[in-house]
Amino acid sequence: MAVDEGLKIELGKQGVFVTTIEELYNWGRRSSIWPMQFGLACCAIEMIATTMARYDLARFGSEVFRPSPRQADLMIISGTVTKKMAPQVVRLYNQMAEPRYVIAMGACAISGGPFKQGYNVLKGIDRYIPVDVHIPGCPPRPEALIQAFMTLQKKIDGQALTGEDRPRHLNAEAQGEFPVPVQGEHDLEPTSNPGVWTVPVVIR
Amino acid sequence: MASSPYFSLAVLFVAALGFGLAPLGLAWGWGKAFSPAKPNAIKNDIYECGLESKGDAWVQFRSAYYLYAIIFLIFDVEAVFLLPFAVAFTGLGAAACAAMLVFVLLLIEGLAWAWAKGVLTWA
Repeated sequence: MAVDEGLKIELGKQGVFVTTIEELYNWGRRSSIWPMQFGLACCAIEMIATTMARYDLARFGSEVFRPSPRQADLMIISGTVTKKMAPQVVRLYNQMAEPRYVIAMGACAISGGPFKQGYNVLKGIDRYIPVDVHIPGCPPRPEALIQAFMTLQKKIDGQALTGEDRPRHLNAEAQGEFPVPVQGEHDLEPTSNPGVWTVPVVIR
Repeated sequence: MASSPYFSLAVLFVAALGFGLAPLGLAWGWGKAFSPAKPNAIKNDIYECGLESKGDAWVQFRSAYYLYAIIFLIFDVEAVFLLPFAVAFTGLGAAACAAMLVFVLLLIEGLAWAWAKGVLTWA
């Protein structure tokens, strides 16, 4: 049974700390988000700067960049996703263990950015994988990436462990496989994953 | 058995073992109960930086590469030790000097062996 927030503060003042399994579990999860160590373009430089002493990502428990998707919880899409690179990114996302989260960092990762009209740039990674936090910018400053981490931490904190919208790793029915696109004659095939992204209707 | 002087030690050992194994067991049990495994073909694939793996990993390397290792040891590692030896040479005692000479001669023996074998001539 959840304890009332006001009562919890009152008990805290008396030196009695009450919590729930859910709170403890989510506290552990959000305090150790290990990102995967890879960078796609110039945003990666800002990501590296975020981990360094001046911005100090270690404050969020996220300084442990893992060189293998098996140990990573978070994928930071840091930069332009070209159509050549997209299958690799989607495959790596597939190879991460649940629970896994995605931050789309920068204009390119969100929408293709300044290269949106280009023939070889994917117009947003959310066409293939579910993105949790989008940060705009070209590139976003380290503060913006830290903001994204805090947003993600809030999201993890708010996830109930039971019920309809429980995190995917606790849900046996949840989709675990995200099809990897292949290079077609003119474009990636399929051009998007209908399970995570709906093609917007253009009204002229 | 309880009268044995080592009985308390055994109890402590079992407790220490439990202290280490219990969290592992709890984590495993938690995973079994609440976090259903969802394996699929892409997830279980070999990790190759996002690429699909190609070919066989059971390739053979030429055993002749050990020659490079030996030559490297002689020229590189010996040079590293020779420099401090030369710097401290005037202040060394007879025993230290002899020890160093044995080391150097051992490596020179390797060089002589490699030379006699014709390794130093490029094919």
